[in-house]
Formats: sequence, C-alpha cells, structure tokens
Amino acid sequence: MHDTRLLRTIEAATLIGIGGFAGSNLRYLVARVIPGPGGTLAVNVVGSFVLGFVLYEAIYAGVLAERTRVVVATGFLSSLTTYSTFALQTTLLAEPVWMVANVLVTYCLGFAGVLAGRSLARRVDGGTGE
Amino acid sequence: MIPLDPAYLVGTGGALGALCRTYVGRHVEGETYPLGTLAVNVLGSFVLGLVTFAGAGEEIVLLLGTGACGSFTTFSSFSFETVRLVEQGESAAAAANGAVNLVGSLAAIGVAWLAVRIVLG
Repeated sequence: MHDTRLLRTIEAATLIGIGGFAGSNLRYLVARVIPGPGGTLAVNVVGSFVLGFVLYEAIYAGVLAERTRVVVATGFLSSLTTYSTFALQTTLLAEPVWMVANVLVTYCLGFAGVLAGRSLARRVDGGTGE
Repeated sequence: MIPLDPAYLVGTGGALGALCRTYVGRHVEGETYPLGTLAVNVLGSFVLGLVTFAGAGEEIVLLLGTGACGSFTTFSSFSFETVRLVEQGESAAAAANGAVNLVGSLAAIGVAWLAVRIVLG
C-alpha cells in the first residue's frame, strides 16, 4: 500500500518535471523570437486558452486521463505561462500608460483565452455536459 | 566550467519551478479563494526581482529567472481560477484576485529592488 503511494508520487513528480522542462523551454524559445512583453503576452494567452480547454474538458466530458492532465496542465502549461516575467516587464516599461496597457491587454486576452477554451471544450463534449 | 546549453539551464530550472509550484499549491489552499497561485506568483516575482536587480550572470538568470521563477509562477492557472470565480457568482472575489495578484507581485518586485539596493549599496 505504502509502496504504491510512493511510486505514484514519484510518477506524478516526474511527469510534472518533464512538463516543466518542456514548457519553460518553449517559453524561452518564444521570448527569443518575440522579445519583451509581446512574447510573454503570446505564451500567456495561448497557455490560458489550452489550459481552459483541458480543465473544462475535464469538467464537462472527462475523456482525458488524469495522467495527461497532470503533465499537460500542471507541468507544461503552467510552466509555459508566467506571472513573474509579466509583472517584471510591466515595471520596466518606460511610460505609465504602457504599464496600464500591458496589464489590461494581458488580463483581457488571458481571460478571453480561458473562455475560448471553455467553448471549445463544450463543443467537443457535444452539449451534454453542465 | 563546462558551458551549458541554455535549454538545459532553462529546463532544469523549469522542472524544479513546476515541482515547487505543485508543492505550494497542495499545501496552501483557500476554501474558495485560489491562495496557492497568489503565493507562488508573489514569491516568484520577488525572487525574479532579486535575480534581475542583483545583476546575476547569464547562466543564473536562465536557471533561476527564466527557468525556475518563470515556471514557478503561472498566468494560465491564475486566469482559469479567476474565470471560475466569476462562473460561481463570486465576481467580487474574482476582481479582488486580479487586483491582489497584480499589486502583490509588483510590490514584491519593488521590495526586491529595495533589498538589492540596501545590500549592494
């Protein structure tokens, strides 16, 4: 019993670690191609959209396996997106108006991404859930 | 020292950051309010501020800043949880979540800047 739990913990940690390794590298790659707040905005919006889809799919249909959700949602997507770099880049913008704009655009598009992921999950579900 | 490929530095930091975020998420839980995400976002912003303002070398920035802090903090979970609060009729809590994450993270970066100035002069 105890051995099974330990093994499951190690399995989950390994999956989260692999997801984190891949997610952070994809974010780094995007930042090299689109430097500054633009690249951070791109990963945050795309990551919010895919996370919205994965987690609402779990709520509505539950087709994806728990293991898939761990590696994709907890490991990969949460590591692809970042709040700290978004906050730091906001403070380093030259004009206060750009700071406000960066926060508003990131928040609005991030929430819109989650909602878009939700409607995609509802479509996949075929309208039977919730 | 053997020069390390940025992918290994970012990825190793990213794996550690993701594991630490999961650990905090499991141990810091609000009843309805997503406290775990707030905790990692504020703490991660503070450490990223320290690494940035202390003028750390490129490899440390990649490992700790881009990798560990970037993965420890999360925007996707933050936006999902905020939308979820609105869905559950907790619009005030959702607005508070957006504001507290922002103000907390910006304040943490400010504190990091001050701390570096005090220590390094």
